[in-house]
Amino acid sequence: MKTNSVERKYVMPGDVVIEGDHNPIANVIKSGNKIISTKIGMAEIAYNGVRVIPLNGTYIPRMDDVVIGKVADMNGFAWEVDINSWFFGILTGSAVFGRQFSSSRDSMKSQFDKGECLIAKILSFDRTRDPLISVSGPGLGKIKEGEIAYITSSKIPRVIGKKGAMIKLIEENTGCRMTIGQNGAILLKGTDEARTKARNAIKLIGNQAHTSDLNDKVISLISK
Amino acid sequence: MSKNNIERISGRAPDELRNVSIKAGVIKNADGSALIEFGKNKIMAAVFGPKEVHPKHMMISDRAIIKCRYHMMPFSTDTRKRPNISRREIEISKVIREALQPAIIMEDYPRTAIEIYIEVLQSDGGSRCAAINAASTALADAGINMRDLVTACAAGKVDGQVVLDVDDTEDKTGEADMPIALLPNTGLITLFQLDGNLSKEEFDKALELAKTGCDKLYKLQRDALSEKYFDGKNGNKEE
Repeated sequence: MKTNSVERKYVMPGDVVIEGDHNPIANVIKSGNKIISTKIGMAEIAYNGVRVIPLNGTYIPRMDDVVIGKVADMNGFAWEVDINSWFFGILTGSAVFGRQFSSSRDSMKSQFDKGECLIAKILSFDRTRDPLISVSGPGLGKIKEGEIAYITSSKIPRVIGKKGAMIKLIEENTGCRMTIGQNGAILLKGTDEARTKARNAIKLIGNQAHTSDLNDKVISLISK
Repeated sequence: MSKNNIERISGRAPDELRNVSIKAGVIKNADGSALIEFGKNKIMAAVFGPKEVHPKHMMISDRAIIKCRYHMMPFSTDTRKRPNISRREIEISKVIREALQPAIIMEDYPRTAIEIYIEVLQSDGGSRCAAINAASTALADAGINMRDLVTACAAGKVDGQVVLDVDDTEDKTGEADMPIALLPNTGLITLFQLDGNLSKEEFDKALELAKTGCDKLYKLQRDALSEKYFDGKNGNKEE
């Protein structure tokens, strides 16, 4: 087998991606000596294994992901943040106020209130508990201005592009600053016109993520 | 006494399906959806989830639970149907859930619920089969991990003849109705019901016929999904 070539094809649940001894990586199951896809998407057969890049589905939190969410609920000890996934991200009081946090002394509302948006990082998630998130770190914290655009989370790599090529292309051509959350939320900052252009570009990527020459399509859309 | 190739009421051949069309992604608010027109049946299926379980005590710590609701609209039948969930709808909800469950990889979504809502807009015979086809297309559209799609089709016996895809009039006058659902790539059967009497030979013939019907419906499901996701290019499946 060639070592560096990657074979791609469209698959649906139940389709045999390839037969033989291969390593299943993501969104595939092994049944006998067949590798079977479990999602609609693009199958990639590489030297190190087989994966399916899904074209739809809900965001699954992963450690160290930067996500953009909205405070959905709060109590005396923690905020529940809607991060576009099955469960709310839990932002604990001690993650914001530090070890000395006391719910009687510190006012939760002084930091985040219901309906406010924030950029956070996933601290831990293993499907047995709700994901824990944190706002301490560069670039993280409350969102004070801008608007949020949404896209299917599996298409985020296409918005970023190879080594950030696509994000750079959109930013340079529209003058809009983008912050990308791995959960499919993208924060746009800039003038009305810049944001509209960027929003349209994201929409185009959402509709045509699986097609080739995406760069050219985005350029022609922006320069229109 | 079996007469060969007598005319069916609808004018179809014994191994002919009604006209079927499936469309995926018809409801924007749902995570996945599908609309199927199966003869006179018009059925919409919407899938939500995986999402949090309510009430919380129904949560299972190592896998998802599946909630399924089959409901007929008041205007779906000749005379107005009361909108309450009837005994028949509860039963069909259960068999549909159990037909879809083996295909869904529930272990991938612990502590969540996957909700399937099926609304019959217009009814004809064989609505449970049509509903399963729509629901499994909607599940794939929602991006839920599945071992396979689920395809369903009925066969039966009308006027002494084994026929494919029994419709409403044939169901009322005929001798037997046998809906089945299966996983098309492995051939495993997930739903099997038989209403009426069939001899051993008739049974074998009916099962064979229902399987050919499932093959045709599987192609239509694939077409519906590839239309939405791959601009009509039909996956890698050899035709």
